[in-house]
Amino acid sequence: MDFALILRVLPVFVAAAWTTIGISLISLVIGLAVAAVVTTARLSQVVALRFLGAAYVSIFRGTPALIQIFLLYFGGPQVGIQLEPFAAGAIALGLNIAAYMAESMRGGILAVDRGQMEAARSLGFGRGRTMAWIVLPQAARLMIRPLGVNAVALVKGTALVATISVVELTYTAQRFIGSTYKPFEIFAVTAVLYMIMIYGLTLLIGALDRAYAEER
Amino acid sequence: MTDVRPMIDVRGARKSYGALEVLKGIDLSVQRGQIVAVIGPSGSGKSTLLRSINHLETLNAGEVWLDGVKVNQKLGRAAFERHINQVRQQMGMVFQHFNLFPHLSVSDNITIGPIKLRGMDKAKARELALVMLDKVGLAEKIDAYPARLSGGQKQRVAIARALAMQPKVMLFDEATSALDPELVDEVNLVMKQLAREHMTMVIVTHEMRFAAEVADRVLFMADGTVVEEGAPDELFRCPKQERTRLFLRKFLNP
Amino acid sequence: MQGLDFSVVPPYWALLGEGLWWTVLISSVSSLVSVVAGVGFALLVLYGVPVAQYPVRFFMWLFMGTPLLLQLFLIYFGLVQIGIDIPAVGAGIIGLSLHFAVYNADILRAGIVAVDTGQTEAARSLGFGRWQTLFNIVVPQALRSTLPALGSMMVALLKESSIVSMIGITELVHSAQLAISETYRPFEFYLTVAALYYIVNLILEAGLHGIERKVGLSR
Ligand SMILES: Nc1ncnc2c1ncn2[C@@H]1O[C@H](COP(=O)(O)OP(=O)(O)OP(=O)(O)O)[C@@H](O)[C@H]1O
Ligand SMILES: [Mg+2]
Repeated sequence: MDFALILRVLPVFVAAAWTTIGISLISLVIGLAVAAVVTTARLSQVVALRFLGAAYVSIFRGTPALIQIFLLYFGGPQVGIQLEPFAAGAIALGLNIAAYMAESMRGGILAVDRGQMEAARSLGFGRGRTMAWIVLPQAARLMIRPLGVNAVALVKGTALVATISVVELTYTAQRFIGSTYKPFEIFAVTAVLYMIMIYGLTLLIGALDRAYAEER
Repeated sequence: MTDVRPMIDVRGARKSYGALEVLKGIDLSVQRGQIVAVIGPSGSGKSTLLRSINHLETLNAGEVWLDGVKVNQKLGRAAFERHINQVRQQMGMVFQHFNLFPHLSVSDNITIGPIKLRGMDKAKARELALVMLDKVGLAEKIDAYPARLSGGQKQRVAIARALAMQPKVMLFDEATSALDPELVDEVNLVMKQLAREHMTMVIVTHEMRFAAEVADRVLFMADGTVVEEGAPDELFRCPKQERTRLFLRKFLNP
Repeated sequence: MQGLDFSVVPPYWALLGEGLWWTVLISSVSSLVSVVAGVGFALLVLYGVPVAQYPVRFFMWLFMGTPLLLQLFLIYFGLVQIGIDIPAVGAGIIGLSLHFAVYNADILRAGIVAVDTGQTEAARSLGFGRWQTLFNIVVPQALRSTLPALGSMMVALLKESSIVSMIGITELVHSAQLAISETYRPFEFYLTVAALYYIVNLILEAGLHGIERKVGLSR
């Protein structure tokens, strides 16, 4: 191990890591927002909405994230969508992870005991209020872990935007492997930075989960 | 010349789990063709004793012999592994919860041992399976999967599986106590048939009536010791020990 | 804005077809290897001697925490610099296999531990050795009980196989890129490719469901 090299390249990698964090956060927000909409559609009483929600999940989960990124970034201009690599990457990743997050959200809601819904309805609550006051608060707790798994996958998934030249961790790693001829040192630096992010995220998810647990 | 060498010989068996001493020096000797029933309250160490004979539990002290071969001998790791696999092929063990292999058909459950351990060819092994299944009255289930069988049928297949290895002895650990009452008889019937064929057997059971009917000798265990043993007539009719009397009174007229 | 014109695609069906063939081939081989290696890793982690166990644990931890693309770069561009030159297809299959083997191992480890101890005891009482028992009795049952989870890993692997285009393997995505470099029609080709993945994915999922049903019936 060439530690001098590792020290020399570290600042560049830390900067790249911030880009990875940035793109992860933006995709996460997009993902959660879109997933909430899709989940609402899938649980709606309107058949057309349910179909659209299901189609969204099926299509985005049934095709590679890489293609979704390429379609938006390279294909976008053909249909009038011109985006910077960073923006295209963040949006495509967000739309992609939304499909998986929608599954987690639906799973959480469906896992809440049917009896809860029936009890609330029998008290005279409407469908919407039952959902908002009775089901969702319980489902939220159940969703944290699966959504956390999605978020961790997202952080690793951001490596894909290296393919459209976003200068994040994996892109930087590839460049330095080519220029330094020290693949293992570069891999080690990159791996450690990914691990730190994922470990931090895991701690955060654990803390959220516990915070929810203590509330009741 | 009479063959006096016992088929199973347990001498001074001791076993502890941490501070809990489960077997406190047990002696048990079973002659060829003899049937011994082991009774006693829950937690008295019956299963531990039986499992020690098969070396599923390792004794802290004492010896186990099978037909003149020491089961728990001191050997190197690899040598002992070879030795114990050899010895176990000569003992059939039947468990309370059947432990059939759910991913294998009835036929494969029975033939896997003969094929993989004895190198028997598949066609011959299937014939053997059919013979064994016939013995337990389940020939028509040869291609069924365990999940499709009743508890009684599962246990009969488990017995057939053990018999297919042509063991010298059969060990039963409460073979019927996980069964619905109406399924107990079909399994007991199979065990009685084995008794008629002079299979050497050790039967741990909670069914006193069955023990009295089938056993040549009954062993009453309590707290890790053999309190009393004798012919079923003596032990059930006029037990000598107070402990035995108490247990039997509770059990015979609950 | 050019507008879309899908008539540019049909002349490239042969090229895309060949790419699709490679995608299916690479995915199938990698799926198989990833399950076999997953079993191996799981057994090593559970029952291996410490000198084998700890490197495997470390490797699993490392590969779970890093992206597939980075791992592919390491294997393809990295190893060659220390004198290990693996052809692209080989590097792609190794990368995909190892990446998913690690996840499969994690799944299988739980599956193996969950197999009832009575199963091991029954096999041992028949005279099966430790490893014979694992391979004949425990692992087959673990594979069955974890089939849905292993199946979703295969589904993920099929999609992630698109990433091996980045090391120059002419699978589906790379074929599309070749077509695009001649036609300058990325939208049409990537959409077509997405549709092809979608269809193969549906077939794979249907196949996995079929197997699950069949296995379920024999329980
Ligand atoms: N693996 C183990 N670890 C710790 N204690 C154990 C273990 N196995 C058995 N014991 C204890 O050893 C004692 C004897 O158990 P054993 O199963 O031999 O009793 P038993 O006579 O077969 O009872 P039962 O009629 O309920 O089957 C019990 O107190 C039990 O809790
Ligand atoms: Mg017992």
